[in-house]
Amino acid sequence: MAVVQPAPAHSRQFLSGNEAVARAAWDAGVRVAAAYPGTPSTEILEVLARFPDLYTEWSVNEKVSLEVALGASMVGARALCAMKHVGLNVASDALMTLAVTGVEGGLVIVVADDVGMSSSQNEQDSRFWGRFAHLPVFEPADSQEAYTLTRAAFALSEQFRTAVIVRLTTRICHVKGAVTAGEREVIEPTGFEKDPPRWVMVPGHAKPRLPLMFDREAALREAAEISEFNVLETGTDTRVGFVTSGPAGMHVLEAFPDAPVLRLGFSYPPPLERIRALAAQVDRLVVVEETEPLLETELKAVGIDCHGKDILPRLGELPPSILTPAIGRLLRGEAPIEVDRPAPQPVFPRPPTLCVACPHLGVYYTLSQLRNVIISGDIGCYTLGAGHPWNALDTCISMGASMGMALGMDKGRGAKDANKKIVAVIGDSTFMHMGMQGLLDITYNGGNVTILLLDNRTVGMTGGQDNPASGRDIHGMEAPRVDFVQLCEALGVRSERIRKVDPYELPTLFKALREETKIEGPSVIITDRPCVLIGEYKPTLTYKVIDDSCTGCGNCLDVGCPAIHVTRRGQETKPSGRVVDLSFVRIDTAACTGCGLCVQPCAPEAIVHAQTVQPLSFMRQSGSPA
Amino acid sequence: MSQSITNILVCGIGGQGVMTATEILAEAALSLGFDVKKTEVAGMSQRGGVVTSHLRFGPRVLSPQIAPGDADLLVGFEAAETLRWVHMLRPGAEVLTNVGRIVPPVVNSGRYDYPDDPVAQMAALGLTVHAFDATAIALELGEIRLGNTVMLGAMADQLPFPDDVLEQAVLARFAKRKPQLLELNREAFARGRAAVAVAGA
Repeated sequence: MAVVQPAPAHSRQFLSGNEAVARAAWDAGVRVAAAYPGTPSTEILEVLARFPDLYTEWSVNEKVSLEVALGASMVGARALCAMKHVGLNVASDALMTLAVTGVEGGLVIVVADDVGMSSSQNEQDSRFWGRFAHLPVFEPADSQEAYTLTRAAFALSEQFRTAVIVRLTTRICHVKGAVTAGEREVIEPTGFEKDPPRWVMVPGHAKPRLPLMFDREAALREAAEISEFNVLETGTDTRVGFVTSGPAGMHVLEAFPDAPVLRLGFSYPPPLERIRALAAQVDRLVVVEETEPLLETELKAVGIDCHGKDILPRLGELPPSILTPAIGRLLRGEAPIEVDRPAPQPVFPRPPTLCVACPHLGVYYTLSQLRNVIISGDIGCYTLGAGHPWNALDTCISMGASMGMALGMDKGRGAKDANKKIVAVIGDSTFMHMGMQGLLDITYNGGNVTILLLDNRTVGMTGGQDNPASGRDIHGMEAPRVDFVQLCEALGVRSERIRKVDPYELPTLFKALREETKIEGPSVIITDRPCVLIGEYKPTLTYKVIDDSCTGCGNCLDVGCPAIHVTRRGQETKPSGRVVDLSFVRIDTAACTGCGLCVQPCAPEAIVHAQTVQPLSFMRQSGSPA
Repeated sequence: MSQSITNILVCGIGGQGVMTATEILAEAALSLGFDVKKTEVAGMSQRGGVVTSHLRFGPRVLSPQIAPGDADLLVGFEAAETLRWVHMLRPGAEVLTNVGRIVPPVVNSGRYDYPDDPVAQMAALGLTVHAFDATAIALELGEIRLGNTVMLGAMADQLPFPDDVLEQAVLARFAKRKPQLLELNREAFARGRAAVAVAGA
């Protein structure tokens, strides 16, 4: 990947919140930046990796990324790590103790909450971690603030010798706006100082540091009171005053242009006295925060009367379309005024689905054919196997959880599940993130589990980032590539119970799954075809349906490939008198890449290679739309 | 909220180039000195799911989201997707839509029906609908991925931009990196623009 020279200082750029954070980190002289990909935070490291003069990495998980950043801070370098909300749960073991040690070089932890849940397994409020770990929290409201506050976070980090949490949400990460960047700082690492009472956290050392942590928090509280990032927008309509943070702040300004609004960029510790002063000037104070009532609870605890989640939803975003009617009800007790607009029209749902020719299609088609099986799932594209038409995934909780849950099901099952087979499904990146330990637990404790390790050589769901299974680093340069067969052997799986299978060969995959699920003890079946969205995937000759040969059996539709379309439906009465539904199909040859999965279940051999005009070759290479 | 803000909602499905098209619109608006905010939700939507992109520009833009009933223009890359978002429009607003259809597996399997005539359904709501087959135009030009340039061409005369600003923003993307694509995109843009002129209102 070519190095990109960042746009000149002071130029006006159109950046997403993620891009703005990356630029701010670069301008702040960050020397080390680490992350594990996770929506909506992924682009921060993708952008930083293209900049010159710093070290960036895809870490194997968020805990490691935070430890890498902390190590860099210990030698006096500025460091950043970025993650999605659930990533900070993984990193929290390191977080809770680095809160005690403090930092040397500026350390900024950027955490992106998926408010509204576009691509996550839960909606959680990472501002809690600031309270839990006694760390300051910054909350930008748009891209410019994402830039300004990230830079300020490094300064605050060094001033108070503490890590700083910059909390983003999806509506910051993926919103673009105008940003003017400043000059870049060049900062030389100060060097590692051996200081066991500070860095070696045994009880005797940690105990005396705890009061220092609370002193630091008290000093930060004073800093928040006078921070320029807590901005009061004065207003003439004092019936309601607002205190708010993050993107909700922009929504409040939009919806109530005449109201006094205190927007908190430095939101923890909260500037209680400034909020108290605002409360005294308005008839009612409303706290607008996404998502939990954290500030609201703290204000009530110190005797500041306010509204919050009593009038606003506790879930999701708080755009003007929600705020305006809620405040209208508060002020006048009125039902909201209906906006004059076209009536919503019901349209079929369009859930995300596996791609045309995705190697996981073969896996889920096969799993959907198995009976008496419990399928313990994991986080990644293959979570989509829970959907139509496969319905072949029974659980999804957290990264790597498919392993431990499968073992727990095996050990916990009673007579009702005695004859069931337990299969765990996990992708390459998730396996390396947090699945390996689960597999070790299975082999160590003699679990009777068949593991499907779907190696597509990339982090698929987040857009195809490299990882130790791809054999390339964050810059696309060659890196040691993990050998999953050897790795599984080393984790205790017997070598004859490890198979590599081509997921496009359905009979082989079916046979392997049937055999391995019958055998006692752990087995691993590794599928080894690349994600169709990465460069390693090579399309072949496309297929078409011979209309006269198609009998309408619909077997091909069970594969779930989005390139197969129904042209007409019918019914047929079998000699037994049973009536069956028929679906005659065609293949969208412009979308088909010739994986051949649909050919295999087609009984009348109606699917054959099509001779089509190939798309212009130079456009096929392009990552960007034509 | 403010009358001086223009709200454009672009919709389609993952992989169609909705986000790129909106990015180009945003670049054009920025080049004219407007404050601009653009928002979309990515993530799982790239796997064939629903994609919308909100673009707001004017003297100063605060919230990046278009409120239901506030969109001035709805641009749909797929017929049923356009229909899905009509409630975001202000009354009497304009709609530009591709009539090309992308039928998802849930419809193919017979679990849901595709709307019979999305364009007629929108017109019946009192909206001004410009409908044309951007998919067919792109395929005629030899590459389905020209579809988003066709759609951008269709928008050319519906925006408060001076002549050619949008076209220049589109072509600027290719001039540097892929000169061989420049002419194809110029053609796609012109065909989209002409299609709307023919489709009328």
